[in-house]
Amino acid sequence: MSASTTQSGRGAARRRALTGRAIFAGPGLLYITLFMTIPVLLVLVYSFFQRGRFGGIVWEFTLENYVRAFEPVYLNVLSNSLVIAGTTTVFALVIGYPTAYAITRLPKRWRTVALVLVVLPFWTNFLIRTYAWIVLLNSEGPINSSLVDAGIISAPIGLLYTPGAVIVGLVYAYLPLVILPVYASIERLDRQLIEAASNLGASRVRAFFDVTLPLTLPGVMIGAIFVFVPSLGNFVVPELLGGGKTVMVGNLIRDQFLEARDWPFGAVLALFVISLLVILFAIQAAISRRINGTGKRYAAKQVTHA
Amino acid sequence: MTLDSTNAPLLRVSSVSKAYGDVVALDDVNIEIQQNEFFALLGPSGCGKTTLLRSIAGFEDPDAGAITILGAGSGAGEGEQIDLLSLPPNKRPVNLMFQSYALFPHMNVRKNIAYGLEREGLGKDEIAERVNEVLITTGLTDKADVRPAQLSGGQRQRVALARAIVKRPRLLLLDEPLSALDRKVRAEMQIELKRLQHEVGITFVVVTHDQEEAMSMADRIAVMHEGRVQQIADPVTLYSQPANVFVADFIGTGSLLRGIVANAVLLLRPESVHISADLAGAQLQGEVVETHFFGGSSTTSVRVAEMETLIVASHPGAPKFAVGERVGISWNADDAILLEDQP
Ligand SMILES: Nc1ncnc2c1ncn2[C@@H]1O[C@H](COP(=O)(O)OP(=O)(O)O)[C@@H](O)[C@H]1O
Ligand SMILES: [Mg+2]
Repeated sequence: MSASTTQSGRGAARRRALTGRAIFAGPGLLYITLFMTIPVLLVLVYSFFQRGRFGGIVWEFTLENYVRAFEPVYLNVLSNSLVIAGTTTVFALVIGYPTAYAITRLPKRWRTVALVLVVLPFWTNFLIRTYAWIVLLNSEGPINSSLVDAGIISAPIGLLYTPGAVIVGLVYAYLPLVILPVYASIERLDRQLIEAASNLGASRVRAFFDVTLPLTLPGVMIGAIFVFVPSLGNFVVPELLGGGKTVMVGNLIRDQFLEARDWPFGAVLALFVISLLVILFAIQAAISRRINGTGKRYAAKQVTHA
Repeated sequence: MTLDSTNAPLLRVSSVSKAYGDVVALDDVNIEIQQNEFFALLGPSGCGKTTLLRSIAGFEDPDAGAITILGAGSGAGEGEQIDLLSLPPNKRPVNLMFQSYALFPHMNVRKNIAYGLEREGLGKDEIAERVNEVLITTGLTDKADVRPAQLSGGQRQRVALARAIVKRPRLLLLDEPLSALDRKVRAEMQIELKRLQHEVGITFVVVTHDQEEAMSMADRIAVMHEGRVQQIADPVTLYSQPANVFVADFIGTGSLLRGIVANAVLLLRPESVHISADLAGAQLQGEVVETHFFGGSSTTSVRVAEMETLIVASHPGAPKFAVGERVGISWNADDAILLEDQP
């Protein structure tokens, strides 16, 4: 075979490899372009124009929508949402981390069972599950009646339609999204690192805070984002469990698009949530890189045992 | 280095057994390790070496037996054997260098090394001083601020070693410390380990499956097989007086011959075997099947009819016989080692 045919052969092989890759990546790319990139760009474009009288867009450029977002009413909703989503995230982590940790300590075959149980609620309708909380929390519900029966309170207290109820509902809804990534990161952690800490004189608690926690922080961050962002955007839970008294960005966005018919302003609010998501992921990536040294995966270089 | 054998041993492993389900990892293991000794645990993969080290360090709980260590320094407990098994791992005066090094990936070299001293609650200045000292000893000073991920295998091994010796433990356990290194680095590290042990005056227990490594480094060696200790002796004794066929086969090279002496196995080390053209005066006759020339010396392998093993002879200079030649094999009765035949 001459040099030229070899080269053209190599070129063809490379083209074939590229085509092959395109075929595999194609559907995913198409999906992302159609259903993620285009909508986000659309939202970005909308945010710079004026609302139509009956919804839709009037194509006249304006920054008015952005200015409006800084009005006290909306700032209040934003900060309120951040507080509720933040509190939800903290509770989800406080409950989810120990749960994930406990699952990693189970015998191997029970781990799978436990993980299936964790995601089991996802197989029932979200609305039904949220309604179940209405039943649980309402003034004649089992929580109130057992508290009264136990003599802890003398009359039913208002649990439902409070920010607390919203947080309970959100924590419940997104808890599996914390448990799974945290579980994955604890599971991946080399247990010998904890043994090494212990061998060097660290108590179990000490080893947890010095080794386990920092090395599972990337998973914790992922879990936190998975709870924080959808909590911020959720409008069903605030409406059903908050009784409409607790307004969050999610409700506001929904209202702008469906009721107030102010698409451009809704777009600005939606962009706020999207940018927050991007910033949080950037922070997560930076933290993972810091923890793993150079950004190269440390685990790949761990020596296998004889 | 002096071994004071009149003193009580530093570590005493008595009748320790451990099974994982049906797998017996340790079977009635008895070992005594003297102070300042460089002791090796030698045996093929899966013979229970790691399990024994992990039991001493506190990461495995033996099913039976006792492990005790000589009480430290002056004051209470001096000269008494302390029960190690009743102490949690973080309270045992032993440090373990893990087979995979187990360096903390999120801490730089200095922090990795300082970690154990911080746990002892030492002052900042003392920690810094001791870490710097150890960085110099292990030649890591210029890598102090680097994370483990940026180090080579040899450098990581030295960080793991530094992290353990900076604690100045009574006993340092090293699990296959050199197995991850390539041949050349390994040879350097063997010398370095030996030098370090002299310098820091710590009792070393090194696990290895490499008999040459054990023979060249250790004062004494325990040969293990299937969870049992086969023999504990110094390298020369192991070579010249193996306790059984397994040890004879595992240590050094040699030919194990059955059928020459009734109910026994005859071990011939290559240097004890003489080959010559004199067929009549020889004890055995055979045909040369292989020769190797190593520059200063050579080996000649001879097949004796109806014997399954080849007899290997080594001698100075170039091979004296060609493949296919018939030769006579002889040896001094004093050089042949007789071993009980095991099934
Ligand atoms: N955690 C464990 N569970 C089950 N079997 C184990 C475990 N650890 C070790 N073993 C078994 O015990 C035996 C001894 O193992 P090990 O001490 O690691 O050997 P070595 O270090 O000499 O290669 C092996 O057969 C191994 O498969
Ligand atoms: Mg091992």
